[in-house]
Amino acid sequence: MEQSWKQAKAVFAAALGPPLVWLALFFLAPLAIVWAYSFGHNDGLTEIAISGTFGNYARAIEPLYLKIFLKSAWVAALTTGLCLAVGFPVALAITFASDKAKTWLLLLIMLPFWTNLLIRTYALIAVLRTEGYVNQGFEWLWNLASVFAPLGDFQPLQLLHNNFAVILGLVYVHLPFMVLPLYSALDRLDKSLLEASLDLGAGHLRTLFKVVVPLALPGIASGILITFIPALGAYLTPDLLGGPDSQMIANVIERQFKRANDWPFGAAMSFVLMYLTFIAIAIQALLAKKTPEARG
Amino acid sequence: MSKPIITFENVSKRFGKMTAVDDVSLTIHEGEFFSLLGPSGCGKTTLLRMLAGFETPTEGRILIDGQDISNTPPNRRPVNMVFQSYAVFPHISVADNVAYGLVVDKVAKAERDRRVEEALELVQLGGLGHRKPDQLSGGQRQRVALARALVKRPRVLLLDEPLSALDAKLREQMRTELCTLQEKVGITFIMVTHDQDEALALATRCAVMSRGVLQQVATPNDLYEFPASRFVADFIGSVNLFEGVLAVDEPSHAVIRSPDLPVDIFLDHGVTGARGGAVWAAIRPEKIELHKKDGDAAPNLGDAPKGTNAVAGVIKHEAYLGGSSTYEVEIASGRRVKVQRSNLTRWDQEDFKLGETVWLCWHACSPAVLLS
Ligand SMILES: Nc1ncnc2c1ncn2[C@@H]1O[C@H](COP(=O)(O)OP(=O)(O)O)[C@@H](O)[C@H]1O
Ligand SMILES: [Mg+2]
Repeated sequence: MEQSWKQAKAVFAAALGPPLVWLALFFLAPLAIVWAYSFGHNDGLTEIAISGTFGNYARAIEPLYLKIFLKSAWVAALTTGLCLAVGFPVALAITFASDKAKTWLLLLIMLPFWTNLLIRTYALIAVLRTEGYVNQGFEWLWNLASVFAPLGDFQPLQLLHNNFAVILGLVYVHLPFMVLPLYSALDRLDKSLLEASLDLGAGHLRTLFKVVVPLALPGIASGILITFIPALGAYLTPDLLGGPDSQMIANVIERQFKRANDWPFGAAMSFVLMYLTFIAIAIQALLAKKTPEARG
Repeated sequence: MSKPIITFENVSKRFGKMTAVDDVSLTIHEGEFFSLLGPSGCGKTTLLRMLAGFETPTEGRILIDGQDISNTPPNRRPVNMVFQSYAVFPHISVADNVAYGLVVDKVAKAERDRRVEEALELVQLGGLGHRKPDQLSGGQRQRVALARALVKRPRVLLLDEPLSALDAKLREQMRTELCTLQEKVGITFIMVTHDQDEALALATRCAVMSRGVLQQVATPNDLYEFPASRFVADFIGSVNLFEGVLAVDEPSHAVIRSPDLPVDIFLDHGVTGARGGAVWAAIRPEKIELHKKDGDAAPNLGDAPKGTNAVAGVIKHEAYLGGSSTYEVEIASGRRVKVQRSNLTRWDQEDFKLGETVWLCWHACSPAVLLS
């Protein structure tokens, strides 16, 4: 069966042809152009001369920009860490929920995927701003407490336009990316292995760290990767929720293409970001090779 | 009799409306090789899992060494389990698998290594400790599971269908090994199986279950020769059941009259506990003799009055099984009777052929009388 499918070359060509052409035309070609730009310089206001210079890359790793790269990596790592800390128990809970509850819980996790990112971010703004729901809630509690003891006027918390808001927003947006691969790894795990661990006298914590986590490692690795990469390139969240000091690399790149009108430099930084992503994927692939498949 | 180690007291387990285990009371003694036998889905695994602590009884209680363990979590119970899927940890070596329970118990490294090596030797896996489970065959992985449980020296070892995933030859071999192993370590074994041969061959005592209810608890010999009900008679081995009424019931003998048979079934003992109504005579195929029919005189085995325990029929089906042959013989009423005959010689002197008319007869002590 499989053999005969492989031999049906015409079918494959017909099925693969259009998407390949599409990819080449609208993905690879523009990418190549941007890549070429990264070795050029502005020649007048609209012209870009491709001179083969590495100057843009040299500039991209100047301390000023390197710091932003590092900061973006740090923010993405923190986001990933928080997503893992929150996502693992959630994924575990879904795994052990009844079949009916499982469907609903997974739906709840996926629901944000189907809502526009911009809308979700503005919703978060509505929650966090000075007259937002969190502050309203605090004010209500404050006034309630004031009945018993004079506390003075309520000072709203500054929850928006700072790094806290960016991290919170990134965690909120990327949590599903973490939960789904974790869930699929945990769900595939042979439950009798956990029972065997308990049966041999281990407690739940030991079972978690000696059996569940090691066997879910491939899922954890892909969860980390799949969260870290988009978090590293996050643009909208730091733009809308962040303050002046919370810009990430994508915001800087955007500025080069728009306000600064320095496409060659923007292109160089884009490719540095892409290379970083490749490195992350390579590390994950190496790790995945080392961990054995979870088999019963 | 040695002292009781496990007692089920009116234990029931329900999953929603489904009753998986229904009012089971059972005592298992120290040193027994006890087997739970029943068709798939009858609640055997559930019973075992309640013992291991993975399910809680809906009603009743379970005692180990006289202690109610209903509220003891699985990791504190003095029992260990060999899972049907083996559940060998795939990410650690064979030796680490076996050592797992000892590490939990904080056994010192030197003693731990010694005991792990000992346990691996016991299940004939000596020298394979460094291997990963995926480098082992199914049979070897099962030995790892056995060693891992035995190394903890549990009071009771639970085995859930331990041989079902092995091929026939290996199964035979493991059967003998399990038996020797149990004698060697002296631990009480409780084994779940749906394979009657396995249960009869291994167990010192068997419980037969059906739909969550214990049907009979007895030695393999008693289960086979003195089944308590039609279910047990039919489930253990093969049987011919004749429904009828007790025509005579004296202390010294009894007679069962069945519409399926043209003659009476004569028994050399009285029937206890009969309350009138239907009874069943159960005759095992190997306890029916096959005789050539020359003339109309029925053969008589000498322990039953003339005109009983012998009936004529026509051979309708024959299956040659090597060590024995089974025949289906159709009698006057249209009933087919199963008969089994050992192939005692290489050339059978009495060659029974399809379509041949033969006599079937049996001893007065052969039929078992069933009241339910
Ligand atoms: N966790 C469970 N939830 C619901 N039903 C179950 C559960 N475990 C077992 N059962 C049901 O209980 C019955 C007995 O199961 P089990 O003890 O596994 O049977 P056996 O081991 O004899 O084949 C089956 O009908 C099974 O579907
Ligand atoms: Mg079972």
